[in-house]
Amino acid sequence: MKVAVIDYGMGNLHSVLKSIEAVNEVGAEVLLTSDPDVVIRADKVVFPGQGAMPDCMRELNAHGLAEAVRESAATKPFFGICVGAQLLLEHSEEGDTPGLGLFRGEVKRFARGLTDAQGERLKVPHMGWNRVYQTRPHPLFAGVADGERFYFVHSYYFAPAEADLSLAESEYPERFSCIIGRDNVFATQFHTEKSHRAGLQLMKNFLAWDGTV
Amino acid sequence: MALAKRIIPCLDVTAGRVVKGVNFEGLRDAGDPVDIARRYNDEGADELTFLDITASSDDRDLILHVIESVASQVFIPLTVGGGVRRVDDIRRLLNAGADKVSINTSAVTNPDLVREASDRFGSQCIVVAIDAKAVTPDNDRWEVFTHGGRNRTGLDAVEWARKMQAYGAGEILLTSMDRDGTKIGFNLSLTRAVSDAVDIPVIASGGVGNLQHLVDGVKQGHADAVLAASIFHFGEYTVREAKLAMQAAGIEVRL
Repeated sequence: MKVAVIDYGMGNLHSVLKSIEAVNEVGAEVLLTSDPDVVIRADKVVFPGQGAMPDCMRELNAHGLAEAVRESAATKPFFGICVGAQLLLEHSEEGDTPGLGLFRGEVKRFARGLTDAQGERLKVPHMGWNRVYQTRPHPLFAGVADGERFYFVHSYYFAPAEADLSLAESEYPERFSCIIGRDNVFATQFHTEKSHRAGLQLMKNFLAWDGTV
Repeated sequence: MALAKRIIPCLDVTAGRVVKGVNFEGLRDAGDPVDIARRYNDEGADELTFLDITASSDDRDLILHVIESVASQVFIPLTVGGGVRRVDDIRRLLNAGADKVSINTSAVTNPDLVREASDRFGSQCIVVAIDAKAVTPDNDRWEVFTHGGRNRTGLDAVEWARKMQAYGAGEILLTSMDRDGTKIGFNLSLTRAVSDAVDIPVIASGGVGNLQHLVDGVKQGHADAVLAASIFHFGEYTVREAKLAMQAAGIEVRL
């Protein structure tokens, strides 16, 4: 089995690669690649992304990878992380950027001046370990407790247009979708590669996943 | 609130080894950075910060190997600071596996570095470290110092934090020079003044001597995260004990 980790020059992929290797009990060949052909030939695809969405979209196009991402997301087990997940939606408020449009919906910015129920100010970016509440059952949740904490760092969040696209939610201070997916696609706002045991468990489940729900 | 306040152990690294000061009598070898990072990770540290205090430029690249090894085994966020001068220094640290890079003196001498770096790599990975010292007897005004606290800059710490946010910093690492090494607790007035003045998260640093100090940093200082070195290095407390103390005080933590 070949797992392609898409490298389009956005962010540190060292940890993504190492976290997959750390749970690679199935003997998968894990390839860091910017070659669209390698992505298309792979059995599974991991699509990370860091930084600003306009830059990510530009680099994805500059590397000629947008079509390979679309095709992979349509056909095989596919794991999006952070901006790699945001890119799957139609549009982002960040720099008024069109996304790949695989899923209907938007990426929105957290409002300024947020406070929690106690009136304490909430900072943006939303940075740190927050709880992830599973809203739909999914094979990748095996061994992951409902309400488990994962590591987030983002100022923009998913606002999917179809309720069934959201697989899990977090709170800041309102509930927001933090995992989206359908069929063979699973995409997280948080960083699995930085989320200690819980993140590794998700990735381990992905390596074992056949892409059906 | 469900977002946990973070506890961040800080490791001083020189020539590829973790060192610790012992009663201001100089530095002693405290062990292998990978072993220590793994231990803190197992105890439940939320992030780790590495401060490269290597004096010789010949040994600078050793931190890259340290970060590479740690990042291969420890899957929590890693911040690296110390001697970051150019965009290329940041690129190399990120490529080695750092998630965030902390800029201190160079942010003062060349604020555009912060702007350039956050444009290029994203605000989320640019931390501006501020070393501040009270310049009034009432501890109500603080100035930014550089070069490990030796050089006074004339910059007001609160204004400077606001400016660095505007330049694209994603987080502020705020160290009280008055308190650093004293073990009498954070400078809470300073921490609160800076944290309330910016929208980005603030990490409190300098002065932690017991677990109540961590609680105070969050509750009174309004810090989003607390950083400590010696209380963990010397085995006085584990990270888990620190978290339990914070939880007992009503603070959300990740256990």
